[in-house]
Amino acid sequence: MLVSLNWLKQYVDIDHLAPQDLAEKITRSGIEVDAVIDRSQGMTNVVVGYVVSKEKHPDADKLNVCQVEVGEGDVRQIICGAPNVAAGQKVIVALPGARLPGGVKIKKAKMRGQESNGMICSLQELGIEGRVVPKDYADGIYVLPEDAVPGSDALELIGLRDTVLELGLTPNRSDALSMLGVAYEVAAILSQEVNLPEIQYNTTSEKAEDYIQVRVEAKENPLYAAKVVKNVKIAQSPLWLQHYLMAAGVRPHNNVVDITNYILMEYGQPLHAFDYDALKTNEIVVRLAKEGEKIITLDDQERTLKAHNLVITNGEEPVAIAGVMGGANSEVTSDTTTVVIEAAYFEGFSVRRTSKELGLRSDSSARFEKGVDPNRVLLAAERAAQLLQELAGGEVLEGTVAVDDLDKTPARVVVSPDFINARLGMKISLEDMLEILNRLKFDVEAANGFLIIDVPTRRQDIKIEEDIVEEIARLYGYDEIPMTLPVNYEQVGGLTSYQAKRRIARNVMEGAGLYQAVTYSLTSEELAQKFAFKAEATTKLLMPMSEERSILRQSLIPHLVETASYNVARKADSVALYEVGSVFLGQTAEELPYEEEHIALVISGKWVDNAWQGEKLTVDFFVAKGIVESLFEKLGLTERVTYEKATVEGLHPGQTAAILLDGEKVGLIGGLHPAERKKYDLKETFVAEINLQAILEAEVEEIVYKPIPRFPAITRDIALVLDRSTPAGEISEIIRKAGTKLLKDVKVFDVYEGDKMEADKKSVAFSLTYFNPERTLTDEEVVNAHEKVLKALAEAGAEVR
Amino acid sequence: MEQQLKQLEQEALAKIQAASNLKELNDVRVAYLGKKGPITDLLKGMGKLSPEERPKMGALVNAVRENVTAQLEEKAAVLEEQAIQEQLEKESIDVTLPGRKVRQGNRHPLTRVIEEIEDLFISMGYEIAEGPEVEKDYYNFEALNLPKGHPARDMQDTFYITEEILLRTHTSPVQARTMLAKKGEPFRIICPGKVFRRDNDDATHSHQFMQIEGLVVGEDIRMSDLKGTLDALAKKMFGAEREIRLRPSFFPFTEPSVEVDVSCHKCGGSGCNVCKHTGWIEILGGGMVHPNVLEMGGYDSKKFSGFAFGIGAERIAMLKYGVDDIRHFYTNDNRFLAQFHRTEGV
Repeated sequence: MLVSLNWLKQYVDIDHLAPQDLAEKITRSGIEVDAVIDRSQGMTNVVVGYVVSKEKHPDADKLNVCQVEVGEGDVRQIICGAPNVAAGQKVIVALPGARLPGGVKIKKAKMRGQESNGMICSLQELGIEGRVVPKDYADGIYVLPEDAVPGSDALELIGLRDTVLELGLTPNRSDALSMLGVAYEVAAILSQEVNLPEIQYNTTSEKAEDYIQVRVEAKENPLYAAKVVKNVKIAQSPLWLQHYLMAAGVRPHNNVVDITNYILMEYGQPLHAFDYDALKTNEIVVRLAKEGEKIITLDDQERTLKAHNLVITNGEEPVAIAGVMGGANSEVTSDTTTVVIEAAYFEGFSVRRTSKELGLRSDSSARFEKGVDPNRVLLAAERAAQLLQELAGGEVLEGTVAVDDLDKTPARVVVSPDFINARLGMKISLEDMLEILNRLKFDVEAANGFLIIDVPTRRQDIKIEEDIVEEIARLYGYDEIPMTLPVNYEQVGGLTSYQAKRRIARNVMEGAGLYQAVTYSLTSEELAQKFAFKAEATTKLLMPMSEERSILRQSLIPHLVETASYNVARKADSVALYEVGSVFLGQTAEELPYEEEHIALVISGKWVDNAWQGEKLTVDFFVAKGIVESLFEKLGLTERVTYEKATVEGLHPGQTAAILLDGEKVGLIGGLHPAERKKYDLKETFVAEINLQAILEAEVEEIVYKPIPRFPAITRDIALVLDRSTPAGEISEIIRKAGTKLLKDVKVFDVYEGDKMEADKKSVAFSLTYFNPERTLTDEEVVNAHEKVLKALAEAGAEVR
Repeated sequence: MEQQLKQLEQEALAKIQAASNLKELNDVRVAYLGKKGPITDLLKGMGKLSPEERPKMGALVNAVRENVTAQLEEKAAVLEEQAIQEQLEKESIDVTLPGRKVRQGNRHPLTRVIEEIEDLFISMGYEIAEGPEVEKDYYNFEALNLPKGHPARDMQDTFYITEEILLRTHTSPVQARTMLAKKGEPFRIICPGKVFRRDNDDATHSHQFMQIEGLVVGEDIRMSDLKGTLDALAKKMFGAEREIRLRPSFFPFTEPSVEVDVSCHKCGGSGCNVCKHTGWIEILGGGMVHPNVLEMGGYDSKKFSGFAFGIGAERIAMLKYGVDDIRHFYTNDNRFLAQFHRTEGV
């Protein structure tokens, strides 16, 4: 909402306040002033000129040499290129030395050899937005009325000596979508009165009802009123009205249309003017549209309607889409003589739906959507009659033709001062509360410890006690609210076990050298299920903004790989990232997807680079696995986790493992497939993803102290010749199972494949630790246990080297 | 024999002096005092001497041996010291060369901000609640006093999955879920999480961002409690000297509603680019829980009241660290992430 202060002054006294100060007060009391706009923009030396003569420029087709009087006896030659400049016009002249918006400075100049002492201006050159400049002047200079006095301040005349406040209105404050609404707000803040327009006009002996009948066939329209005005003279509106409209962001058209727009801005009540003769019938029927019914709206677009759209018809065909836009067939034109003024109350939900469906938002629909003041509908019609008489010479027919079922009673709110103070944590006196409510012009009575308040219908947002709490608090001043902390509660705060473990999981990742990344949850169809543990129904947006962000991911790896690629493309020689985030599984039409929290990592390029010591290590599978293992170790799950060779699309078939917890798959780890690496321009890259929920929710034993061993352990090494394809993990498991309870640990300490081995064989060396916490082991005990291991290995076909 | 002994002594002492390292010195010891050395030989030959000469010679040989031994030890000490010096010399390094890097990662700046806020509220007795990112329209809007067709729904452009399912536009649905779960008991929670809006990504908009919601429900919860709580938050995040101010605002799920400004941490309130020369920076919105929301959550709004607030983690991080483009948080450039490694302040 753009509020011209010149206009606002008609209703409330603000002369004693600088615009900035007024804006600050309004903002601090509840309506945010987004901008304070000085419409003169510091312009100087802009005066009224009289074009004495106009001649073609001798050396330029499109230029005219004008003699312009810019003060008594002060005639100057000005070159003007506007197509519409003509002798006898009163125009706006920027004299040499003038500064115009956009840093333009006017100087004496020669144009194609002819001297020019200034510039004849268009409204755009004075900083007015092209879209609000009247069509007649959109492509040329602006022409002032004949009575403008040459040499006088042109800015004053066209209303640019004004400041506009741009209000950022929240949806509840639709009352401030009108000048009167803003006036009430300002009056409440400043403890002022509101000067309402006085409505007076004469009527003819003819009756409106003899010209038009109104029938309403839809509940979405509880009030429809029509007034008829004859013999209007279509013309330009007076300058003040045009410039009020432009300041409010509305383009002036002609006096009739401008009057409806003026009242829309003044009262917040949209009106519509029909050309009575163009209506063709003498009735107005409000009804729901027929499915597929068509209407050409004022913007010359053909609109196809649905059965729930509310339309105004002449009894036969639609002449307007209710509350949204009029029809071209009944438009007021320069030939119009009799107009029908519509003032109606259309239900917000209906207008909202229609304007949304048609993609047609107007100043009118914006107000109906939020609910107009029921008590201003008929008032606005009266105001229109008055202005049509005053400004368009119309003759107002007697009476208003109306169908009126609208409830106009004010909302009553009963609230106790104690409740207000209890909610605020304050001690505001009853007197102060009454004073504030009076400033708001609410009808209030204090009785039996309660405030009985009848809220004017312009404030549709106030319905309950808490609304009154807010009104009192905001006008008393939020700064006056003290600072306390909540008391009387019995809750111990803290992280849940899951949340605490999740932080620990992050610590492990970061301790291992990984940065935490946060990537988008929305991805493309192509990436949504890539690397996902298993195929599950996906979650897709109904109306994505792009294909790239159209579906929720089922694996964290794709975006991590993209991020690695991004960093490598920017010359990062080492990328190590992890992410914690949800994946979205098994969406159905009715139910939410299952959100499973995962943790994933990507490592690429150098891992260790101690350059001067000559130590370098590029990432490999076992770096990635080592990080995963430390996570499991920290979570106390090492013993319960196993790895088995796996195939995952997009990963290296020989370097991929499934991760199992208690035999259930909880994750994967692997090298990025060379084809993928090529696609993303990555060198060696390894990824892992684990179902974080599964591993954090796995129950683990409490820590119970075990005595520090007092007896030495004994180690025995075994080197085995195995098939290349035999996993060392399987052999470890065989050893572990065979080694009796004395076997405490099995470690791989050497793996060899190469020249000294047969092609499909490898050598793996294990170190076995035997230990008895009770006493020193005897050789015999160790030998016995070790024999069992060797036997089991032999049975498994593992040959001791 | 005595002469022979003197000569041996002279020889030995000369060789001891000449020895340049411990091995040479040891060779001297073995050569003269060893089992097969000349002095031992002399001692062995004492049997041939007369009983009168024997003690005299014995004393003499012992004296020589003691002298040589003493000299050996003295020289050994010198040589050992010398050897240590040599070793130290050899082992000297350039201590200004860089150490072996221990890889260290760090938290994302958004997580950092969120955890800082979580920890503050935990210290004030809050629990951390979480909820799904894909939500029902009911929890995201309807249970928060935003029925279908409500104009305020336009404040949040929404990604819909079906007509009834959507990507949550704020963390507030966790409010509704928590109230139902707490079944009428007073509680205080904060809920951090990802939220989504139908926005084009640019320097100040992101279709995905992080919000932190706070909600306290109890008997006699006052607006002053909200103000005091947010003051503590502002001081924690932006410094103990910060002040807050509340401005009236509107959210469908709170009444009264507030926007909260914090005094500018860059200029202290005198006006600068960061605060657009106002001295204040808008950081969050909140208010007293709307009675309709309490009732839908199963709380008697006559008996219970509450306050709620919502913070954008990105906004806090951008202000706190001076980040100028919200997209940095989701691009994950190494050169960006690495900047949030260390501790700050005292």
